[in-house]
Amino acid sequence: MASLPAGTLYRGKVGMWSWVLHRITGVAIFFFLLVHVLDTALVRLSPEAYNAVINTYKTPLIGVAELGLVAAILYHALNGLRIIAIDFWRKGVKYQNVMFWIVVAIAFGIFAAFAPRHLMHVFG
Amino acid sequence: MSVVIEQPRSPRSRNQANLEKYGWMYMRLSGVLLVILIFGHLFVNLYLGEGIKAIDFAFVGGKWSDPFWQVWDLAMLWLAMIHGTNGMRTLVNDYTSNETLRKAMVWSLWGICAVLVTLGTLVVFTFDPCPAGALPELLPSFCPVA
Ligand code: HEM
Repeated sequence: MASLPAGTLYRGKVGMWSWVLHRITGVAIFFFLLVHVLDTALVRLSPEAYNAVINTYKTPLIGVAELGLVAAILYHALNGLRIIAIDFWRKGVKYQNVMFWIVVAIAFGIFAAFAPRHLMHVFG
Repeated sequence: MSVVIEQPRSPRSRNQANLEKYGWMYMRLSGVLLVILIFGHLFVNLYLGEGIKAIDFAFVGGKWSDPFWQVWDLAMLWLAMIHGTNGMRTLVNDYTSNETLRKAMVWSLWGICAVLVTLGTLVVFTFDPCPAGALPELLPSFCPVA
């Protein structure tokens, strides 16, 4: 049996899964942005049209989905900074693994501060 | 699609390579700016005050009567649309094997990008927070009462 490649940045470990997640969150945010530019453009049509659509953002179902969107943005943004650090910082590759867990920790921290407040607004 | 790999020691090609390099640099530069723009956007719109509950026509009217938020949102629109479109182009390049399909998808992506950036830019610049004939209770408080 072939021996497993050890210590590569991309295969099977944090390096690969962080990339898979970065890609999935990037695509999700992109499709949301297309919808978001269109719904915001409704302010040009009439106050009623805009309010009718933006009110769906306050329903329980979409309200909870927004938590997923915020989580995706938090991860993509912070991991994006990690990618930039790997590319430009001399010690970036050496610390890419620790930096991934720092990204996860900061993302969870911000999410924990945001989620209860957002749920209060949606359900309160 | 077959890929031609150049001789390792041949001089760096000057045509397509630079465009890809600028794309690569753009992803990183726009990324840094977008962290600030998007985190600020989410903090003000979803965290402060009543969050999502407070967002309506009057809220947007209030924000866009301030040039600061017009410029903020415009920068976010352009940077994010181009960053997202260029990122999707990478995925199309990775996952399509038919060259005609690949070209069609990349062109469609930039087409959609151009349409939405134009639409969004027009909206920010031609927006009227106090449209004539609208119900006063739906408008920002600074609008003159008819
Ligand atoms: C919030 C700040 C953001 C940062 C710091 C960031 C950073 C990055 C970086 C560094 C890359 C890698 C590019 C490469 O490897 O050449 C990337 C890819 C990507 N980003 Fe972002 N980004 C941000 C926001 C966004 C937004 C708002 C969208 C959607 C509109 C988006 C969609 C994508 C997509 C689709 C990719 C391609 C993923 C891939 O090739 O696997 N990003 N981002």
